Amino acid sequence: MMENREVPHIELRGVGKRFGSASPVLDGIDLTVRKGEFVSIIGPSGCGKSTILKLVAGLLPVTSGRLLVDGMTPVNAREIVSFIFQDPTLLPWRTVAENIGLALELDHSPRDSRPDKVNALLGLVGLQHVAKSYPRQLSGGMKMRVSIARALASKPRILLMDEPFAALDEMSRDRLNEELLRLRDEQKWTVLFVTHSVAEAVYLSDRIVMLAPFPGRVAHEIDVDLPFPRDAQLRSSAAMDECIGVVSKAFRGAHTL
Amino acid sequence: MNALIVFGSLLALWRLLIWALAIPKFMLPTPLEVARAAAARHSSLLTSVWITGEAAACGLIASVIVGVLIALIFAQSRWIRRMCYPYTILLQTVPIIAIAPLILMWVGPGILSVMVIAFIICLPAIIANTTQGLISVERNLIDLFLMHNAKSAELLWKLRLPHAIPSLFTGLRIASGVAVIGAIIGELFAGSSRVGEGGLGYAIQYASAQLETDYLFALVFAASALGFVFFFIIMFLEWYFLHNWHESARTADSE
Repeated sequence: MMENREVPHIELRGVGKRFGSASPVLDGIDLTVRKGEFVSIIGPSGCGKSTILKLVAGLLPVTSGRLLVDGMTPVNAREIVSFIFQDPTLLPWRTVAENIGLALELDHSPRDSRPDKVNALLGLVGLQHVAKSYPRQLSGGMKMRVSIARALASKPRILLMDEPFAALDEMSRDRLNEELLRLRDEQKWTVLFVTHSVAEAVYLSDRIVMLAPFPGRVAHEIDVDLPFPRDAQLRSSAAMDECIGVVSKAFRGAHTL
Repeated sequence: MNALIVFGSLLALWRLLIWALAIPKFMLPTPLEVARAAAARHSSLLTSVWITGEAAACGLIASVIVGVLIALIFAQSRWIRRMCYPYTILLQTVPIIAIAPLILMWVGPGILSVMVIAFIICLPAIIANTTQGLISVERNLIDLFLMHNAKSAELLWKLRLPHAIPSLFTGLRIASGVAVIGAIIGELFAGSSRVGEGGLGYAIQYASAQLETDYLFALVFAASALGFVFFFIIMFLEWYFLHNWHESARTADSE
């Protein structure tokens, strides 16, 4: 696997995006994500963080530049990509188990294998006890777990996460951060993660890409030199504080750029 | 319970007015006289209710089938909606009373034209609400389906149609109220194939021509009751299909 790490899994070269004749949202974005890397994108509102994810997902076309996902065009690469949205995007008329099963249905996975797969995924995110509940009966954190389980049902190799925990309280957010790292340790995805939170970005990432706004462009790239596996203790460590300090300082710089 | 007290008070007030103002029976019968008329002619009353109910139900069901199909076409593109939507509103604003004679002329007298009139009066509510439900799906949910390279048939069956069901029920609730009114209007014009027997609209006209005011009142109450039954059937269906997951049905449930 080590030699694979040097092959870019997601590659943006001079990518620009504008909507109609408005001023560009993104301009000249260069970004390389290696296989297995966890990269967070942070930046102030309106800098086009979410737009980058939508471009990588092929949900929006690029206006200029080149964008390759696993060596393919974004649309062709969708089979190995899962997108986790800011809201849990569950279908309210389906139970938790049926919501997770939706991914399997849409991927045309064999019908008789689905119940076992759904059960395994429920176990993975610790939700067996609410398999038959409807989304409206769940807390925000549980809904997000269902959303993650559904994303993992497609056995993705790349995860695109658009501020998935932004709407959660801090406790749920921290727990889900820890679980995300645990799952990543097992499944080794490449992750592109958008967030507002410096602390979250530091805790999760190998590398942080900071955007500056108007038009959105890369202001800094910072490697996070904290060892894996990371656990809850790390949050209160001096090393973590120091790292957050460095990133916050750069963040303020990007803000006033 | 409170509704019953109000009902009792209204009956008492009604009786009191007749006594105080000495209103003759052919102008305003007493509640008891209405009840007696209803009891005495209950079989023809029930027949009328049944005929009207049947026509209204057929019109309503047809409007759901046609309305959902039209909504599916409208949901395809903003362009189609811009072009055709004004006509849905037109359909709603044309006074049904004014076109009822035309429909009779085209379809011919009888229950079919009554159904057509009920159908027309129900249709706009079904089209407008279902279209709204089909097109108001969240962008992220559509993106989720696109990430799985879902075909448009899958988007329709697994996302748009289920998402539109609560809106369809909103339309149905409105339509269920007007379906009975539409059928009665139709019957006012359509008459009956047999003398003395027909739907509520026909019977109302007949009773008023004969100055059978007590029976006329019984018919009016029966018509209202029929509208209630329609409304409650729809409410029950809505609860049945939506109470697991939709907020609107939940609140009705907990009341």
